[in-house]
Amino acid sequence: MSMFNGFKFRSVNSTIHKMDPRAKFIYVCVMFAVAVMFSQLIPLLVLFIIQTPLVFVARVQKEWLRSMKGAAGFAAIIFLMNVLSLYFYGNYESLSAILERSLALTLRFMVLIESFSVFFLTTSPDLLGLALEQSHVPYELCFAFTTAVRFVPVLAEEAQTIMDAQKARGLELEGGSFVKKIRNYIPILIPLIVNAIRRSLELAETMESRAWGATQNRTNLYVLRMGRKDLLLMLFSFIVLAVSAYVSWNVQIPNITYLLNI
Amino acid sequence: MIKIQDVFFTYPNGVEALRGVNLEIQDGEFLAIMGQNGAGKTTLVKHINGLLKPTKGTVMVDGVDTTKVSVATLAKKVGFVFQNPDHQLFSETVEEEISFALRNFGFSESAIKERVNWALNLLDLAEYRKVSPFMLSGGERKRVALASVLAWDPKIVILDEPTIGQDSQQKERLRQFILQLNHLGKTVIIVTHDVEFVAECKSQVVLMSQGKIIAHGSAKKVLTNLEVVTQASVVLPQISQLFANLKNISFPTEVIDVNEAADILLGKLGDSQ
Repeated sequence: MSMFNGFKFRSVNSTIHKMDPRAKFIYVCVMFAVAVMFSQLIPLLVLFIIQTPLVFVARVQKEWLRSMKGAAGFAAIIFLMNVLSLYFYGNYESLSAILERSLALTLRFMVLIESFSVFFLTTSPDLLGLALEQSHVPYELCFAFTTAVRFVPVLAEEAQTIMDAQKARGLELEGGSFVKKIRNYIPILIPLIVNAIRRSLELAETMESRAWGATQNRTNLYVLRMGRKDLLLMLFSFIVLAVSAYVSWNVQIPNITYLLNI
Repeated sequence: MIKIQDVFFTYPNGVEALRGVNLEIQDGEFLAIMGQNGAGKTTLVKHINGLLKPTKGTVMVDGVDTTKVSVATLAKKVGFVFQNPDHQLFSETVEEEISFALRNFGFSESAIKERVNWALNLLDLAEYRKVSPFMLSGGERKRVALASVLAWDPKIVILDEPTIGQDSQQKERLRQFILQLNHLGKTVIIVTHDVEFVAECKSQVVLMSQGKIIAHGSAKKVLTNLEVVTQASVVLPQISQLFANLKNISFPTEVIDVNEAADILLGKLGDSQ
């Protein structure tokens, strides 16, 4: 569960938090595109490192570390699967080349996690919904999105209560075989899902009784405006994208294995 | 016997929910725990079946330290009925729902059948045996949840907010039922805000405020003590409010029972005539 805390909005008074979600979203998209563009270790390492100052400026190091720790398990699986598949099906001369390639692909995953983590840690669901709305996404969708995000902590708390209730009826959650473990979660998942559906129906009724959807032209209390910092971040994102595109098409990127001659 | 000694409990988010609680609950006792929201009532009872372990202090249930055994082990002795039945119902039929805990505890098939029948009859649910618990009304779901706990015949029964969402008829049935359980020799502990319900049950009462016990005694003594009751954000039962207002004309104040009140009033009226 602690991994999800690495993606949960944390209110801090920082420059990154105050930025326009749209600018940050463009930045995340660029990071995503660039990470997919390269499969060599050096550029991905650079990509990983240039993002770390943002974490410190936003003062969310602790939460960010949690997301990194949470992702480490998945990263290990990605690394292992790559090593195995490259060893058996790839045409690589040396083991070190295989390891480097696997490490690079694992790092690509970490870069994606890193940028998403920074984005979600510093952007409140409300602002995100507002940004979607101002980007002409239909209001129904924006509302569904912000509601879904807002109810995650509620669901987590409810899951804990349900676990307690079933433990009090003698359910052992620890131990047992893999199949048994999965079976043990059925008494927890069913009430959780049933309650979530019930709650959504109740929410729909309360929203409608407060005139939800009465008028097509909704107005907003807050309106997002791009500032200088937002434009700078977007400029930075586009430069990174352009440079990366140029490098990936025109420059032969050396392998560390090759450079070190191992 | 339940022995809670100098128990402190702090939630992981830093909220100090219990601050030095001492309480002894005898076998066969009927106890109501009351107090404002956030006073630590539910936190306290969750210590009895081991769902929460004290940060400091000890909780002993029949001489067993709750930190030494699993919740499932304690649950066999301590039945805990949660406030919202929707937090536990998941089976396709009421019958299966009730047998869930019995299977967890490893009862034999024949014993399960017998105990399910017993619990269904006890709570007047026999006609819903094959019905999905999700199709039942709120009050019925609450009874299914109760039946699913009573089925394994625990020695101690804890009910968290049993009267919420029940109409007055259901409430009266529940009261009779709880008294019946208590007469069968079970220790019954209820957590509630419902002061009239407790006054009618005439149980022992513990009042909590800010993680501490501020009063413990019979309902008659505790619920008529305006000072502690106010401190725990509880109101006096209506009968006691009436008698508190009449105390200047030499009426007793320790009255919570309607019949007793009627007798006193009739007596006074008889005197004056």
